[in-house]
Amino acid sequence: MADQLSAVFAALADPTRRDLVARLTLGDATVNDLAAPYDISLQAVSKHLKVLQSAGLVSKGRRAQTRPVHLEAEVLDLMTAWIERYRRQAEERYRRLDAVLADLDDAGEPHPAEEEAS
Amino acid sequence: MTTDTTSSTQARIVADPTLPVIRITREFRATPAQLLRAHTDPELYARWVGPADLTTRIDYWDARRGGRWRFTQTRGTDEFGFYGSFHEIADDHLVQTFTWEGMPDGVSLETIRFVDLGDGRTRLEAQSLVDSFESRDAWLSMGMQEGVQDGYAKLDALLAAQEV
Repeated sequence: MADQLSAVFAALADPTRRDLVARLTLGDATVNDLAAPYDISLQAVSKHLKVLQSAGLVSKGRRAQTRPVHLEAEVLDLMTAWIERYRRQAEERYRRLDAVLADLDDAGEPHPAEEEAS
Repeated sequence: MTTDTTSSTQARIVADPTLPVIRITREFRATPAQLLRAHTDPELYARWVGPADLTTRIDYWDARRGGRWRFTQTRGTDEFGFYGSFHEIADDHLVQTFTWEGMPDGVSLETIRFVDLGDGRTRLEAQSLVDSFESRDAWLSMGMQEGVQDGYAKLDALLAAQEV
């Protein structure tokens, strides 16, 4: 699973590929449609799409002659879920730190009152 | 578009696409001195490092440049050891290494900055640098192995270019 995550990260490291993914969230699109707004060749766009495809982020339709590009949203979801889980663990840790900090005076020394209470 | 819908003081995380780093930022109602103390005083540190279902025991802790540290976390009969060394301890930042004994070749270089925001608030900026994207992603996915994959998925978050 970590390998797929790495491939997804690497694929999304490029701004053009991020833009392609963002546009595909609106719906499937042909390579020609996708290439239209860019000042780069159709071949260059195809190359970017190949990277996204090998990371599992997009797939190409088989039936239609135009072979529209389709976003594999669940792969993005997997990555988001992993990061969110990690973030929540950090947040839980820092909430415990909040409680510890509340026991310290401004210089970072424990409050005398807290010392006596514990 | 952000990775969460909660307040701006909650932990934020960024997995850099071009470097094997994880960055976390979080604001605290505390001074930089308090945050430094909470990171370098072993008794205070053991109280928050968690996770909540594990008990943390400090084995040794020498909070000065070149000093070493080790702690063990236990849950029932399970034990997890972590060690590293302090490389720099300054008023507004801390540099240390972090290794889980189950993966002794894996070393994370941790740089933690305490940015004074005034009004008794401080932003903690933590960066963990590891030696490969595979290691970084293993750290990220570690939490998922034990947990259920609940539906946090928010497609939007990923599409915010800066977030991914």
